[in-house]
Amino acid sequence: MIDLNPLVLTFKLAVVTTIILFFVSVPVAYWLAYSKSKLKPVIEALVSMPLVLPPTVIGFYMLLAFSPSNAFGGWLEDWIGLRLVFSFEGLVLGSVIYSLPFMVQPIQAGFSNLSPDLKRASYVMGKSRLTTLNRVLLPNIKTSLLTGIVLAFAHTIGEFGVVLMIGGNISGKTRVASIAIYDQVESLNYDVANAYSLILFALTFIILLSVYLLNGGYFKRIRR
Amino acid sequence: MIELGIQKELRSSGGTMLLDIELSVGKGDIVTLYGKSGAGKTSLLMLLAGLMRPDRGFIRVDGQTWTDTEKGIWRRPQERNVGLVFQEYALFPNMTVLENLTYAMRKGQKDDEREHLIEIMDLKDLRNRKPDTLSGGQKQRVALARALVNKPSLLLLDEPLSALDQDMRGKLQQYILQVHREYGLTTLLISHDVTEIIKMSDYVMEMELGRVIRKATPGEIFTHEKLNAKFQFTGEVMKMTRQDFIVIVTVLVGRELVKVVANDSEVEGMEVGDRVLIASKAFNPVIHKIS
Repeated sequence: MIDLNPLVLTFKLAVVTTIILFFVSVPVAYWLAYSKSKLKPVIEALVSMPLVLPPTVIGFYMLLAFSPSNAFGGWLEDWIGLRLVFSFEGLVLGSVIYSLPFMVQPIQAGFSNLSPDLKRASYVMGKSRLTTLNRVLLPNIKTSLLTGIVLAFAHTIGEFGVVLMIGGNISGKTRVASIAIYDQVESLNYDVANAYSLILFALTFIILLSVYLLNGGYFKRIRR
Repeated sequence: MIELGIQKELRSSGGTMLLDIELSVGKGDIVTLYGKSGAGKTSLLMLLAGLMRPDRGFIRVDGQTWTDTEKGIWRRPQERNVGLVFQEYALFPNMTVLENLTYAMRKGQKDDEREHLIEIMDLKDLRNRKPDTLSGGQKQRVALARALVNKPSLLLLDEPLSALDQDMRGKLQQYILQVHREYGLTTLLISHDVTEIIKMSDYVMEMELGRVIRKATPGEIFTHEKLNAKFQFTGEVMKMTRQDFIVIVTVLVGRELVKVVANDSEVEGMEVGDRVLIASKAFNPVIHKIS
């Protein structure tokens, strides 16, 4: 019987990351879709960086920044009692950054594809920006929201580099499924590695298939 | 009463254009903005609604200042009292007809206004339908009702009827005239349809390249001078009845129906709905002072 802990941990990480990402990404995507600021291309580039940057780079810099022996990491640990290296909290933060474009881009595209008249009509009716966002804009981009949620979730399940750099390989704490597979292969336990791999394979396939079925063709546009 | 004097630089694919407009519109008037696309008509409506900020100038409506760049006054669209009907209607797809109307109501506003509008706009059977399932004319009625629910002082219509067929247009023009009178609105309408303009508006402002180049009654604007006629007017053919070898053509001129006798060659190719020019050349028309 294989140890189910890495799978549970992977699932837990993906759920927490997706929830945080949702609340972070909606304002970011809203700003990117509607702002005319000169800063916009800079922010857009930063948000999309994880798409092209090796995950190990992100993990490496986070490791440096949050190490308790450095100023910022030390301050975090002394004042807030938060240690972000080799901890679950650190994994969550790394995953949030790493999966950010997968949540932001579909939502941003959703906002941009909405007729600007919907927003205008709502304002003229005396409704605030927040009311307009909650009652008019978000309900009309449900498929984009769903795409973002599913992609961010699936991407977090598949991550390896960031996790390895910042989380290491601590059983029950930071050993997620992808790390466990690597670990088992290193120890030549191919059967266990195969079991984990199959489960991940099936899970991600089902998730992505559901996106394709629901939205048709969306995933292709994002990855391009 | 609208008083307005604004300047705004507009950027489009064809370069920049200075929108430079001074106008005043009396309370209760229906005024049509007429002109080529790109003349700045929609931008003018956006400026009035507060969805666009002027570079310089002021807007005063019924004595209240909505914008004044010199005094630094700016009312957000939420703080103006405007009903706006978009060309594409902009109904909220996630809400039913009833929910669309309810969303537009003020906080604490009673239902009676909404119910009254549902009544006069014939929306009873559509209350629980989503916008996607409605025809163009139905959407237009919902959009109009939605724009009126919170009792605006100013109604702005951006080519609301352009996507509809003649029959539906005629009906909706009646609806608009009806609510305009009933609610004592001041209405600004963008339209390209001459018959519609003649039927609906008290006067026309013709716009070109960001300026109002003419302000006159529809009759003055659309009178064709090249015919050198003693008297003439344009109208829309409503009915054609054949009697022996003549045809009686009923024409809607302004808001009046006029009957004209015509022969076969004159009515050749003419159909109900056509725009026609009626003129008299050889005889002087009889003229009477009306009271």
